[in-house]
Amino acid sequence: MTGAEFVPLSLTPLLIGTFAAIACALPGNFLLLRRQALIGDAISHVVLPGIVVAFLVTGVVSAWPMMLGAAAASMLAVGLIEAIRRLGKIETGAAMGVTFTAMFAAGVLLLEQTDTSSVHLDVEHALYGNLESLIWLNATGWHSLLDISALNDLPPELGRIWLTLIAVVVFTRVFWRPLKISTFDPGFAEAIGVPTRLTGLALVVVAAIAAVAAFDAVGSIIVIAMFICPPAAARMMTNRLEKQILWSVVFASTSAIVGYVLAGYGPLWVGSEHAVSAAGMIATISGLILALAAMFGPCRSAQSG
Amino acid sequence: MLLSLATQEGIIAAEHIPADSPLALRGMTVSYGEKPAVFSVDMTIQEGAMTAIIGPNGAGKSTLLKAALGVVKPLAGHVTVFGQSLKSQRHRIAYVPQRASVDWDFPTRVLDVVLMGLYRELGLLRRVRRAHVEKAMSSLDRVGMTDFADRQIGQLSGGQQQRVFLARALAQSADLYLLDEPFAGVDAATEKAIISVLKSIKDEGKTVVSVHHDLATVRDYFDHVFLINTRKVAEGTVGEAFTEVNLHKAYGGRLATAQMDQLNLAAI
Repeated sequence: MTGAEFVPLSLTPLLIGTFAAIACALPGNFLLLRRQALIGDAISHVVLPGIVVAFLVTGVVSAWPMMLGAAAASMLAVGLIEAIRRLGKIETGAAMGVTFTAMFAAGVLLLEQTDTSSVHLDVEHALYGNLESLIWLNATGWHSLLDISALNDLPPELGRIWLTLIAVVVFTRVFWRPLKISTFDPGFAEAIGVPTRLTGLALVVVAAIAAVAAFDAVGSIIVIAMFICPPAAARMMTNRLEKQILWSVVFASTSAIVGYVLAGYGPLWVGSEHAVSAAGMIATISGLILALAAMFGPCRSAQSG
Repeated sequence: MLLSLATQEGIIAAEHIPADSPLALRGMTVSYGEKPAVFSVDMTIQEGAMTAIIGPNGAGKSTLLKAALGVVKPLAGHVTVFGQSLKSQRHRIAYVPQRASVDWDFPTRVLDVVLMGLYRELGLLRRVRRAHVEKAMSSLDRVGMTDFADRQIGQLSGGQQQRVFLARALAQSADLYLLDEPFAGVDAATEKAIISVLKSIKDEGKTVVSVHHDLATVRDYFDHVFLINTRKVAEGTVGEAFTEVNLHKAYGGRLATAQMDQLNLAAI
């Protein structure tokens, strides 16, 4: 494949997919160790009613109101989960399950009752995203990367997910110690003055931001998969949190790149005419990596490593 | 009702707090549900002493310790540390939580856990320097765990895990050590190692407070006791407070006379 073909058609979806995968996998590492991995699932489901409500309120399909709606919905969901957990005195997983199914169902009902199908806002789109359509039309080859007018035409999703990724990386780096200490030993963390509640809340908010930005670009299947699969696979590769984070980045990027390429070209190689969903393939690859790590990873159980 | 009563007691009692006590609680009331786990407890820890907090299961021993540290929020009550607010004196307290309260599968090494004790020095972004690592290693040396610095914590025995927790507390270079059942589920060698470290801390003039389960060792290990069963039962030196009458008050019928006989209780 030449640059003239690759740059406009494949470069931007690959970058967006990779950035989205890493942005979700980073907070996923801590959520997994805190046994809150399901929160990514919860957030990506409740994004739907948030987007629908934002559309109903503003009447336009525009990224910012929808992302704000999604962010508001995920904050509402986080609050609801905490309220149900405390008032109902049930475990967090159950509270999450109740919250996200109820809110997702409400989103589907809202979507049905409103005429949004014409504006490319449907359940399928919400689930799979449209990674394949995030192409860079004005690019003509690698040299376009130096061409200001062509660069202005980059899909806006790329800029948003790039900023989100930077924010997630900065958060993880700056709050590394509070995150690590309060995840391992919350009681000790509180006793030495680490603001554990604030740290936990900030982690969930950052996860929500990553989920919403990634959802906007790639749909909820990738979001859900990337919160859990790369960190879980990474945990089985090492017994050091620092290395686990790096492995999760490697696995997230690998899933995004291999998944995207396989979705586009894999079916052709086996004689089929149609490409398959890139989001579905990326999530599948991340699941395969997890399965391989579970079978062959050196640190599958702490006692054996 | 319960809240207002406890608050009043707390306020009244807060007026006469001994300024020299490393840890003083007044009117401390903590509840996880309807029933208080700790009710209106006053406690005054003696500086330079080794105090055992004892009482039956569910008596609120750990809860009292956590409330003193602000790890659980009390419904009412007042904490002073070295005569000042907990917040201003946090850096002078080292805490050893119950070993079973954390997930030992967590992906980290022994040395990293001990370095967590230096969080207040390191802050968010300061680099870990040779001096920090040396401090952590010397803490590990005091508990006999230097050879395990690079081990993943899940590979340690219960006793070794407990020693690592103690090393983390030592790295905090505190003046007041609060320990939650440091001898629970550890081997005899570890128990010996821990008590000798605690005694050496005490010899440096520091204060040790430990939730303790084994009544048979109270006399050997500690010089002060605090008996609790939701409410305070007694406090004082082992000679004054570790008595048959007080143990009966704290444990009710749960301690058989035969057990009592083995404790060499102070005769009153």
